[in-house]
Amino acid sequence: MERRHVLVVGNGMVGQRFVDRLVAADDGGEFDITVIGEESRPAYDRVALSSWFEGRSEADLSLVDASFVGSGRVDYRFGRTVDTIDTAAYTVLLDDGTVLGYDELVLATGSFPFVPPIPGHDIDGTFVYRTLDDLADIKRCAQRDGCTSGLVIGGGLLGLEAANALRALGLDDVHVVEMAPYPMPAQLGEGGGRMLARWVDSLGVQLHCGVAPDHFEAGASGTVERLVMSDGTEYPCDVVIFSAGVRPRDQVARDSGIDVGERGGVMVDDTLATSAPNVWAIGEVAVHRERVYGLVAPGYEMAAALAARFTGEPGDYAGSDLSTKLKLLGVDVASFGQSNAMGDDIDEIVYNDPVNRIFRRFALDAATGRLLGGALVGDVSGYELLTAVTLGQATQPDDLPAYILPASIRPPDEGTLPDGALLCSCNAVSVGTIRGAVAEGCTTVSEIKEATCAGTSCGGCVPGVTTLVRNELQSLGVEVSNALCEHFDHSRKELFALVRFHRYRTWAEVLSNHGTGRGCEICRPTVASILASLSNGYVLDGDQSSLQDTNDHHLANMQRNGTYSVIPRVPGGEITPDQLIALGLIAKDFDLYVKITGGQRIDLLGAQMHDLPGIWQRVVDAGMESGHAYGKALRTVKSCVGSVWCRYGVQDSVGMAIDLENRYRGLRSPHKLKMGVSGCTRECAEAQSKDVGVIATESGWNLYVGGNGGRSPRHADLFATDLDDETLVRTIDRFLAYYIRTADRLQRTSVWLDSLDGGLEHVRSVIVDDELGICDELDADIALHVDTYECEWRATLNDPERLSHFVEFVNAPEENTTPVWIQERGQRVPA
Amino acid sequence: MSRVRIAHIDSLPVDRGVAAVVSGEYVAIFRLADGELAAIDHLDPCSNVPVLARGLVGCVDGTPVVASPLHKQRFDLRTGRCLDDPNVSVRVWRVEVIDQTVTVAAEPMTVAVEPPAESAA
Repeated sequence: MERRHVLVVGNGMVGQRFVDRLVAADDGGEFDITVIGEESRPAYDRVALSSWFEGRSEADLSLVDASFVGSGRVDYRFGRTVDTIDTAAYTVLLDDGTVLGYDELVLATGSFPFVPPIPGHDIDGTFVYRTLDDLADIKRCAQRDGCTSGLVIGGGLLGLEAANALRALGLDDVHVVEMAPYPMPAQLGEGGGRMLARWVDSLGVQLHCGVAPDHFEAGASGTVERLVMSDGTEYPCDVVIFSAGVRPRDQVARDSGIDVGERGGVMVDDTLATSAPNVWAIGEVAVHRERVYGLVAPGYEMAAALAARFTGEPGDYAGSDLSTKLKLLGVDVASFGQSNAMGDDIDEIVYNDPVNRIFRRFALDAATGRLLGGALVGDVSGYELLTAVTLGQATQPDDLPAYILPASIRPPDEGTLPDGALLCSCNAVSVGTIRGAVAEGCTTVSEIKEATCAGTSCGGCVPGVTTLVRNELQSLGVEVSNALCEHFDHSRKELFALVRFHRYRTWAEVLSNHGTGRGCEICRPTVASILASLSNGYVLDGDQSSLQDTNDHHLANMQRNGTYSVIPRVPGGEITPDQLIALGLIAKDFDLYVKITGGQRIDLLGAQMHDLPGIWQRVVDAGMESGHAYGKALRTVKSCVGSVWCRYGVQDSVGMAIDLENRYRGLRSPHKLKMGVSGCTRECAEAQSKDVGVIATESGWNLYVGGNGGRSPRHADLFATDLDDETLVRTIDRFLAYYIRTADRLQRTSVWLDSLDGGLEHVRSVIVDDELGICDELDADIALHVDTYECEWRATLNDPERLSHFVEFVNAPEENTTPVWIQERGQRVPA
Repeated sequence: MSRVRIAHIDSLPVDRGVAAVVSGEYVAIFRLADGELAAIDHLDPCSNVPVLARGLVGCVDGTPVVASPLHKQRFDLRTGRCLDDPNVSVRVWRVEVIDQTVTVAAEPMTVAVEPPAESAA
């Protein structure tokens, strides 16, 4: 194999990381590596630079073993710089006149400290804070006789560290001058910055923000003595440190005709290539997507990506996350995501405690409620989770607002509220009143409502009341009943398990073995749903007919005037012109009101019960089938047009939506189910408001679960990312099957998830990690459904006996004349 | 009192209602699982829509009831009393099987039903 010569210009943290990675991956010894380092020593940990003042030695900070330097694997040239690069000849000229050839040239020259052009900035006694040599100079100056005051220009991270170092060097009078109104404005925003300022004050550093330096003045000895501000104020300073940001060290690239950014920095693309062939740039000298990173972590990511590219594992560098957590002068500080996002489209949650000097702010997308980022000062608890949420690596907790509180503070729950606290503000019902009602025998929320009126107006306190009642009952030693109704002592979940275990097929079996009386409007439909979920037979066969609500009984939704609506299935919202025409003609012939539903289907309203078979015969003849709009079952899978038509679509969302809808159509569940599939992240199908939401990614599908619209809208939680088609479907299969098995009656997926101990993580452990060992069963549940599905309307129309109950009056041919109609905007509606 | 023929007993579904026209009025007739028959107004007084025959039957403390399919108010099938609103009730019609045929009296029962004082169930 032909050997390649890699020349690395710069031996800072990132340059050295690149060398380490390249050497480690270069099994075959393909690369000869030369490193040009300006300093006299090999790379050291600049992030921990300040610790040198606390006694860490140069050797402690070094990132390169002396033995490695001496091994000859890499040709280190310390104390050298590159003057120019001849990108045509593939050579560089060093400052000592040496010319070196290269096959690949890596620019890792980093950045240099920016020194603001304040008159007098170059008087003796002024320093920058970048290298070990700088620190040694500062130390010497600060410890000279008569040096009592120090001053730092710049209140950023490094400036505050420098101020702390001056304090540690024995200076009593240390000032920090920051032109912005508070420190670290970009990372912490105003609230966080001002709180940090409080901390800095408390540590004995005098922080002056929102001020403008005018000039430095030297004393008699010729060294710096004071800073004069534009308003005339003077600060004494025997030593000055400039820490006002850094600039990319791109001079050699400029001089060599390599493209640089408008504000400096060597321009690189996602492969980290510069404009010159075989010349690359990484770290703080690089401008990537118009961004220069001033942190080491992104530089390390670039180093790793480039080393991988050289050794045959090309992976693009797509930018870095800037979340950071650090201890600054002993104060915990963190920023994550878009930490300082502000504006009309941003909502914020803020905790501001000046007493304990804690500030925490979350920035949320106002439209979606999604956490975008935040700043944490004084208490950074939750940082890891919050960062993972902003990166899409973790699901946003439903109780996100609870995370705004510092770890030391726990929110009071209803169980510990004092008796005087008002729980239902609409009806002025106190916690004490509810406790009293429980003590007098109320055991359910509905009994509490009756006894106290709590929760009967806006209903907002019902969750709190529920928790309070449960806690009170438990503290009174009362067993909390989750019985379905007076006829069954079991919850729906228990009943489901019983029916499944005993393989019951009829209501009579279930009632006689586990219930009492005749049942009621609560337990009958519940058992009907369980029987339907488990056997998937015709929902009106045998005694199941007596269990179905009128909607299921007539396979149509009863409207307020006793007539019904007809909603054929339109999978994924895709419909042919012929089907559309057929529906139009049916609506005309039966004088039905037509409305497009929210789920991308067509609703025909105003059908008399006895007309339902005739209407459905024509719907079925037109090639359509039942939409199960009447059932606690899958309703629709909404979709956008996706990659087939849309300029932005990355996957075929319509195709996936149709597949999903046809897979789960008719699946009976504890509550109605809705799904959505969006073809790209623009989310036009609003999938995150569905029980199951699917959003296309470049490489597959992201799966969201537990969303819903309705009275208490809830965004779905991200459950899994970048799934292929097969894994997506299998995961949804199991999610639905587990929900159907274990949810309470009329409990939507969102509430079900909330009710589970462990929530989403629990579901993940069951249906992904198979911790209960039931995934095979869950798969089989759905397989049975798919294999035995039959359109209920087709089955009804094919059987005269099943048609027989679609008569208005059993003893007379007359029609129900009750509905009174009026015309509204050209259609017939109830009066 | 004259009676109106409704249908053969076997044609009535068990634990469900059917609607019939009796003397020009709509009546809901229920055949319960234990063989008991009941007839009340088909018109749901809470919504003023004739739908009670399409409600689900069940029992409350042993009393057979039907729940309106619109807003689930429950009506005592024997007395017509609404369990969820003491101010509301429906009329009860006498129902009888004669030679396998279900018949309903041409007039509703006029007897005022006992007010909420609980009967031993």
